[in-house]
Amino acid sequence: MSKELKVVSNATCTFCGCVCDDMELTVEDNRITKAKNACVLGKAWFLNHDAEERPEALIEGKPASFEEGVERAGRILADAKYPIIYGLSDTTSEAQRVAVAIADRVGGCIDTTTSVCHGPSGLAFQGVGEVTSSLGEVKNRADLVIFWGCNPAESHPRHFTKYSIMPKGMFVPNGRKDRTVVLVDVRKTKSAAAADIFLQIKPKRDFEVLWALRALVKGVKLDASIEQTTGISLEQMEELAERMKSCKFGVIFFGMGLTMTRGKHLNTAACLSLARDLNRFTRFTAKPMRGHGNVTGADNVVAWQTGYQFGIHFGRGYPRFNPGEWTTVDLLSRGETDAAMFIATDPASNFPQAARNHMNEIPVICLDPKNSMTAQIATVAFTTATYGINTPGTVYRMDDIPIPLRPALETPHRSDQEILEAILERVKELQRGLAATA
Amino acid sequence: MSETFIMIPGRTNKQGTSLNVGKDSAEYQEETGLVQISPEDMERLSINEGDVVRLSNETGIIEIPCRKAKKDELQEGLLFMAYGPMSSQLMAGDTHGTGMPTSKGFDVDLEIV
Repeated sequence: MSKELKVVSNATCTFCGCVCDDMELTVEDNRITKAKNACVLGKAWFLNHDAEERPEALIEGKPASFEEGVERAGRILADAKYPIIYGLSDTTSEAQRVAVAIADRVGGCIDTTTSVCHGPSGLAFQGVGEVTSSLGEVKNRADLVIFWGCNPAESHPRHFTKYSIMPKGMFVPNGRKDRTVVLVDVRKTKSAAAADIFLQIKPKRDFEVLWALRALVKGVKLDASIEQTTGISLEQMEELAERMKSCKFGVIFFGMGLTMTRGKHLNTAACLSLARDLNRFTRFTAKPMRGHGNVTGADNVVAWQTGYQFGIHFGRGYPRFNPGEWTTVDLLSRGETDAAMFIATDPASNFPQAARNHMNEIPVICLDPKNSMTAQIATVAFTTATYGINTPGTVYRMDDIPIPLRPALETPHRSDQEILEAILERVKELQRGLAATA
Repeated sequence: MSETFIMIPGRTNKQGTSLNVGKDSAEYQEETGLVQISPEDMERLSINEGDVVRLSNETGIIEIPCRKAKKDELQEGLLFMAYGPMSSQLMAGDTHGTGMPTSKGFDVDLEIV
C-alpha cells in the first residue's frame, strides 16, 4: 500500500531561539519522518510530535467539551481579583497579543518566561541600552565572537554553523579561519571544543571579570592580584581586552550564566556596558542567547502592546511594570495571585517549590500540546495544536527578526490563538452580564 | 558530615531531546535525575559513580545518584545538574526584586547517604 508523501520546504523549527527556517520536512501519513537540516534538538522536536490523543479539554481531570472548557476558564478569569497570565514563549505572536488583551480586560498581570530567562537582561537594556545587530550582520562581519555563560553546543546547536562561527560572510570570506572564538564560563562545556580561547572563571565572578575588562579597555592599570578574585590571570584579561579593541567587528553572545547567577541584571548590565564602551575603538555588539522558539516574540508583542516586556499589572486600568512584584515566581511564591493561566509553559515542573505549592491552591488554566505537569494539576487543561508544526503564524528569532511558520501536520486540536480568542469573548460576555446586573 | 558545593543547573542535549519525548519518559527523568561531580571531588570524598548523595539547602532536600563529570569540565567544589523538577526543588522563590530566582550558582550541602 503506498503511503501519502509530502515535503514541506523552508519550514521553521521553533524549538530554540535560533528559529532555523531552512527545514526540509518529509511527511508520511500525517507524521514527520524526516527533518533535513535540523539539529539534534530540532529532530527530536519534529519527529516526536504526533497528534495527542487527548480530549480537547479536561476540567478537574475529566474530559470536557471545548465549550465547557472555555466557559470554566472564562469564569475563573472573570471572577479572579488578581490573576496572572504567564508563559507565551512557545506560541505564535498572534496568540501572544490575545493573551495581553485578556490580561488587560480582566485587570490582571501578564508575564512571560522572559522573567525567568533574560528578564534581568531586559532590566539591563533599560538601564544601559543595547548596542545590537542581527545575526546576519554577525555572519557577514564578525571576526571576534565571544560566548559568555552560554553553551550553544547543547542548547543552540546550529548557532555555530548557521550564524556565528562557521559561515563564510561578506567581510569574513574564509568563515571560521577569519574568526577568533572565545568562550567564558565557569564550566568547561561542550562548547569549549569550538573555541580558540577558553577562560574558566571562578563561579559567581562574571561581574568582576566584566568590570575588570571595562577598566582594561579604558586603559586603567590593574593589579595582578585580581586573579585571586576572577580565577583568570591579568595577562589573559589584558590579551582579551586588546583583542576586543583591535577586532573589526566583535560580538558577545551572553546566556543564563549571567542572568541566573547572583548579580543577575548587574551582570548583564556590565556585559552591555563593555560592548558599549568598545564602540569607541571598533564596532561591538552584545546579544542575549534566547532559549525558547518565540520568547523574543513575547518580548516584542508584550512591549508593543504595554510598553514593557514582562512583569506587568493592569489592575489600575493601564499597564504598570514592576519586576519582583508582578513577575510570576514572586506572585506565586508569596501566595498573592488567586488564579493563573499558563500558556505553552510548564511551571509546575520547573518553578521554585514555594511557587509550585501555591499553584495547587488556586484555579489554574493550562494550554499545552502535551500532558505536562502543569496540565496535570490544572483546573482546566486545553490540548492545543503545536505552533510551527500544526499552526501557521509569526515568531521572532533571537535577534528580533520576525519569521513566518510553515506547518506540516494537520491536527484535531485548536491553536492557542483560537482558544484564547474564545476565552476573551466569554470573559467579555460575563463582564457585560455582571455590569448589567450591577 | 556534609560539605558545601556550588550548584549549577543547566541545559543538556539529552534533556532537550528527551523533553520532546515527554517529561514522564524514563530518558528525561534519568537525565534530570543525576548530579555531576568533578572526578577530584569524587575521589576525595570516596564517592563512586551511581552512589546516592543528599543535596540540601534552606529551600529543599533531594536524594540523587552521582555521575562523574568529564575531566576538567567542573572545577572542584562545583556541581552540575540538567534542569528539571529535581533541580527546581533546591531553587528558592525569592527573586531579589528581579523576577528571576537564583537558578544557577547557589549553595547546597552535599552529604553521602
